[in-house]
Amino acid sequence: MALTNTATLHVDPIACQAHGLCAELLGGFVTLDEWGYPILPPHSVPPALRGAAREAVHVCPTLALRLQSSRPE
Amino acid sequence: MGTPITATAARLLAGGAADLEAHRARYGPLPARHDAGQLAALALAAGLRGRGGAGFPTGRKIAAVAAGRRRPIVVVNACESEPASRKDAVLLRYAPHLVLDGAAIAARALGARTVVLCLHRGDPAAGWLDRQLAARTGDGLDWRLASLPRRYVASEASALTHFLNGGDARPTTRPPRPEQRGVRGHPTLIDNAETLAQLALIVRYGPDWYRTAGTGTDPGTALVTVGGAVARPGVYEIELGVPLAAALAAAGGLTEPIAATLVGGYAGTWVTDPGLPLSHDPAGPDATTIGAGVLVALPARACGLAETSRVVDYLAGQSAGQCGPCTFGLPAVAADLRRLVTGGADPDLHRRLAHRMALVTGRGACAHPDGAVRLVRSSLRVFAADARTHEAGRRCPPQPPLLPIPGPNQQDPTWH
Repeated sequence: MALTNTATLHVDPIACQAHGLCAELLGGFVTLDEWGYPILPPHSVPPALRGAAREAVHVCPTLALRLQSSRPE
Repeated sequence: MGTPITATAARLLAGGAADLEAHRARYGPLPARHDAGQLAALALAAGLRGRGGAGFPTGRKIAAVAAGRRRPIVVVNACESEPASRKDAVLLRYAPHLVLDGAAIAARALGARTVVLCLHRGDPAAGWLDRQLAARTGDGLDWRLASLPRRYVASEASALTHFLNGGDARPTTRPPRPEQRGVRGHPTLIDNAETLAQLALIVRYGPDWYRTAGTGTDPGTALVTVGGAVARPGVYEIELGVPLAAALAAAGGLTEPIAATLVGGYAGTWVTDPGLPLSHDPAGPDATTIGAGVLVALPARACGLAETSRVVDYLAGQSAGQCGPCTFGLPAVAADLRRLVTGGADPDLHRRLAHRMALVTGRGACAHPDGAVRLVRSSLRVFAADARTHEAGRRCPPQPPLLPIPGPNQQDPTWH
């Protein structure tokens, strides 16, 4: 059931080059550490941010970000 | 080798058999071939856990490799990247064919044709081991020797796999794990040298025999490298689960009062309780495990924070430089600790250090940053009184360094 699925953001730490677009698109949900690398919450992306999360995955210059769907707990 | 060997629970070190003839005379021929399911079941029944540091159940790893469709490859990891560890070097000198039997048993069960023995580049045992491999013509296996760059993370399983595939010896993103897709894309069993030697004994004598030593959740014996303030530093074999004090006693006991013992390796923890049981099950306030079997007794006159700071400087320099939180975070953590030790602590240091340690943990592709943070956290807890002394601006009297740090001539500048 696609509607009840939730999704979490994951970053490939080797691929990530700290461009920071994800934090710009998902301000408040994704924050940057003091070196510019994203800190991703372990919980699922809130429904209101799903579109922005998909866009962040799309525009990441190093393709380091992905959305992984997970069953609701 | 100059390393005294006295076994307190001798199995691996029960009798030296340096060449194949002596080994066969002592242990007999290779046992009859098992299939992969039987071998995995034997390892699980024995409760064998990996001796490279992580303590992962060996039977589960064998089963994971066997689940692949392609022909597996077996890798013996004898790089021993822990600077204070000598156990694999001693085992390979003392009973090389126990290690090689374990690899051959695993290879035959898995249907593997190729076994790669991995050492660090410049390992003085390479030529001699090459001759030991050449003697094993009866195994029907293609034995190979590989030399990895001398760097702390180069023998991490994904880094080692990447190197054997022609790349840098730097960790890669997982999945896929080497068990699924490893060397040349084949399912690859990568086991520490000691693990395979233990497997060779389990197949010969059975899981019930194996379980007559050790604990219920971590049976058997383990090799430990004991150093620091003990009478006879060296490699010893202990029963898993024995108290720390028993392992130090095996090395002739303490030569002076100690402040703590480093347990596991440079990704390990400091322990003050002599009764703490040594096994792969976490114990004590810092969730101590035996890790790679390193035990270094720190004299009371030495400064545990200064020793930790030297090690963390080294670990920060050993980052593969791939993941941001490790590349930038470890040097930042190391710099904070160095400031604390040298008396340059600012009022914000403790908060900043705690924040940075939390930032680094769990954010690398491999466990390297987590290991370094584990050591720093443990040092701040165990040497809390020393930390306050340092913060008050007082320095410890200078002491000769205790924990070994590889010098420029003992490391390779590249990852190839």
